[in-house]
Amino acid sequence: MSELAVPLSSTQRAAFLAVLRRDVYVTWRELPAFLAQVILQPLFLLFVFGKVLGSLGYTQHGYADLLFPGLLALTAVITGMQTLAFPLVAEFGWTREIEDRLLAPLPTSFVALEKVVFASLRSLVATLLMIPIGILVLGSIPWRWDNFPLFLAGLFLGTLVGAGFGLVLGTSVPPARINLLFSLVFTPLLFTGCSQYPWPSLERLRWFQVVTACNPMTYVSEALRGALVPEVPHIRPWICLVVLLGSVTVLLTLGLRGFFRRAVD
Amino acid sequence: MDAAPTVEVADLVKRYPKAEVNAVDGVSFAVAPGEVFGLLGPNGAGKTTTVGVLTTRVRPTGGSARIGGIDVVADPVQARRQLAVVSQRSNLDRAISIRDNLVFHAAYHGVPAHERAARADELLEQFGLLERAGDRPDFFSGGQSQRVMIARALMHAPRVLFLDEPTTGLDPAARLFVWDRLRELRERGVTLFLTTHDMDEAAALADRVGIMDTGRLLALDTPEALMRSLTGETTLELTADGPADGDVVDALSRLPTVERGERLQAGPPGAGPLRVRLYLTGEASALVAPAAALLADRGLQLSDVKLGTPTLEDVFIELTGRTLR
Repeated sequence: MSELAVPLSSTQRAAFLAVLRRDVYVTWRELPAFLAQVILQPLFLLFVFGKVLGSLGYTQHGYADLLFPGLLALTAVITGMQTLAFPLVAEFGWTREIEDRLLAPLPTSFVALEKVVFASLRSLVATLLMIPIGILVLGSIPWRWDNFPLFLAGLFLGTLVGAGFGLVLGTSVPPARINLLFSLVFTPLLFTGCSQYPWPSLERLRWFQVVTACNPMTYVSEALRGALVPEVPHIRPWICLVVLLGSVTVLLTLGLRGFFRRAVD
Repeated sequence: MDAAPTVEVADLVKRYPKAEVNAVDGVSFAVAPGEVFGLLGPNGAGKTTTVGVLTTRVRPTGGSARIGGIDVVADPVQARRQLAVVSQRSNLDRAISIRDNLVFHAAYHGVPAHERAARADELLEQFGLLERAGDRPDFFSGGQSQRVMIARALMHAPRVLFLDEPTTGLDPAARLFVWDRLRELRERGVTLFLTTHDMDEAAALADRVGIMDTGRLLALDTPEALMRSLTGETTLELTADGPADGDVVDALSRLPTVERGERLQAGPPGAGPLRVRLYLTGEASALVAPAAALLADRGLQLSDVKLGTPTLEDVFIELTGRTLR
C-alpha cells in the first residue's frame, strides 16, 4: 500500500478526473436506464407504504412522514452500493475493463477512490431526486431548514456507507456468485436499515432492535429522521454521525484492501 | 546494445502465496530500445507473470524490474507512463465507442485535449477501423478487438508495448494484418515485447527470443542463432517405395555428416513407403545423391525428398525434452 502515501501530482489529478469524467459520460448517455435503476424501487415503496396503505387506513396518520426520511436513507445507501458493486464484479471478473484504468498513471488506490467518489455522487443525485418525487406522490413531505446541516451530513455519510459496502462486496464476491448478492446481502440490508420504522419503536421487538443496530443504514435513517421529523423518537444525531464515520472508515479500509488484492497479484 | 535498455529485469523471482514453486525463478534479461523481444514458452512457463511484474500488476518476490530506467516496484505510476499493454483477451471499455476508448485512454495518460481526437483518427485509420469508430466493441471479432487494443495502447506513445499472445486465435488474414502493423511499429522505433507460445510468431517478428520454461529463462538469442545452436544443423527427410529393409536406417545413419537417423513410422512395420529423417551437421543437399544411391543398392526407389532447417520448436524440444503445447 506504499502508493497511498504518494501525493497527487497534476498529471495524476488529471488522470483521476479523466476516469471520473468517463463514468459521468457513460451515466449521462444512459440517463433513462440510470433513472429507472435508482428511482423505481424507492418510488414504489413510497407509493405503496406511504400512499396506498395510508389511503386504505392500514397505517396511522403521519406514517408517511416518518417513512420519507427512511426512504431517502435507503436510496442513498442502496444506490451507492449498486453503482459500485455490480460493475466492479463484472470489471474484475469477465469484462476486464478496469485494466485500462489500472494501467493509467495513477496510484491504484485512486482508481478505487474514484469509484467511491462516483458512486457517492450518483447516489446523492438519486436521493435528491426523491424529494420532488415525494412531493408528487405524497402531496407534501416533512421538511425543515433548521436541521439542514444534520440532513446534509447524514445524507453524505449515507452515500459513502453505500459506496463502502459496494467496494467491499465488489471486490470480494466472485462473478459466479453475483446473484447471491441480491438475496443474501441486499434484501437483509434493505429491511434491517430502519427505513420503514423508527429504531426506538422496536423496543417491543428487542432481538430485532439488536439486529438493526448492526446495520449502518439504521444510523442514516435515524439521522435523517432527526433532521426532518425531530418530533418522532430517534437515535441521538451525534451517535448516528459517530457510528457512520466509523462505518465509513472500516468499509473503505476493507474495500481498499480488497481492491488491492484484486488489482495487484 | 549501446543505449540504456528500455526493459531490464534482474534476478526476478515471483512466488504466489500458497504456491510450492516459484512462478518466475531468477530471470534476468534486457531489451534494447527499438528491439522486438519475444518470450517464448508453454502455458505456465512464467511469461505472463514476468510481464505482469513489468507492467506493475504483479508484485515480485525478489529481484528488480525497470522500464526506461524506472523501478516498477518503487514507482509504478511513472512506470505506467512508459508502457502500454495489449492483453490476449479483449478488455475494451464496452460502454463507450471505440473512438471514445482511444480518446479516454489518452485522457487518462494526460495527452492534451486538442491532440486526442486527431491522434485517435490517425490510429483508427492506420488500423482500418475508421468506419467503425462510432461502434461499441461488444460485437467485434477477435481480430478487430485486437486492432482496437493496439491502437488504444499507442494513444499515449509508450516507449514499450507489451503484447500477450497477440495473434492467438485469429484467422490467418487477421494474423498477417496484425503482424504487418507490428512490423510498422518496429520501423518507427517502438520497442515491442511479445509473449507467445507460437514459435512461428516469435520467429516472424522477434529480433531476439527468450525461451522460458518452469520459471526459468533457458536461452536468449536471435531466432537464427538459437536454431543454429542445435546439434544437427539441418534435416533430410527421405521417402522411398519398395520392400523396406530392416537395417536401411542404420546404413543411412552411417553416411558422412549424418548425426543420427530415425524412421518415421506411419503404419505397422513393413506397410506403406519407407520414411526416414536424417539429422545432419552439413549441407542437406550434398547428401541426397549418396542417400539415393544407397537406397537404390537395396532395391528401394527414392520418391520424395524434403530438406529442412530446425525451427524454434526444435530448439525448445532440445532444451526441455517437451513440445511447446
